[in-house]
Amino acid sequence: MTELVLRLALTAAAALVATGLYGALSQQSIVMIMMGLELVVNGLILGAGAFWWAGGQPVAASVLVVVLVTVMAVEMAMGFAVALAIYRARQVDLTDDAGELAG
Amino acid sequence: MIALVSALGAVAVITGLLVFTVDSMARATFLLLASFVAVAVVLIAFGLGYLGTVVILMMTTEMMIMVVFMVMLMMNPAGLMPMTMVHNRRGSWAIALVVFGLLTAGVWLVPFPTSGPAPGPDPTAALGDALMGGQMLTMMTLGLALLATIVGTVAVAVSRR
Repeated sequence: MTELVLRLALTAAAALVATGLYGALSQQSIVMIMMGLELVVNGLILGAGAFWWAGGQPVAASVLVVVLVTVMAVEMAMGFAVALAIYRARQVDLTDDAGELAG
Repeated sequence: MIALVSALGAVAVITGLLVFTVDSMARATFLLLASFVAVAVVLIAFGLGYLGTVVILMMTTEMMIMVVFMVMLMMNPAGLMPMTMVHNRRGSWAIALVVFGLLTAGVWLVPFPTSGPAPGPDPTAALGDALMGGQMLTMMTLGLALLATIVGTVAVAVSRR
């Protein structure tokens, strides 16, 4: 039973990661790309929580959740700062208009 | 527990998918929030009550900030007209599906050494002890990263005249 719950939760986590990956790859708006990245981290949080529950509640798994929540906050803050900076400089909010660093 | 995890996992995934299909960015934001809350409720059901509550509180605040940014910067925040702003949709779907297939195969094929939910001590107290004890380095790194983020966001976003 424990193992089935773990596998179900990890499947949902995998689906969240894949959905977020699709969003991050396909969206043009910078904010929508950030939403995709957030969904990926959301899946990771679910996976870490499932491992914590099924694996005898190791404290390292809950520390991992804390790290992931922090990663989310950092990503969001830096993403908004970059979005604001590029909008200020050039009124750009789509990645396709901001491709001067592309190879 | 099986039904709960399945249902909330499905809710999280479906709302996550809808984030990229609705016309309005504000709606997308609230769907993303719904996905986060579903995952947080699973965390609470697993016994990580403190972390689940932190996720809910943090994400609600974060999504409110995101809505403000949308209204500020983005076109079509209210979804009054159809909107698709994607590039390379097919390639992105292909990559996402391949990743999902690989991850799911791993999830169902790997034998996990589960020891079952152990009736350990209070998980919140254990987490606090770890963060102030054995995992102190993690905590210090996170603190430093957050400080660097504060400085970095201000440095990047401040207007240069």
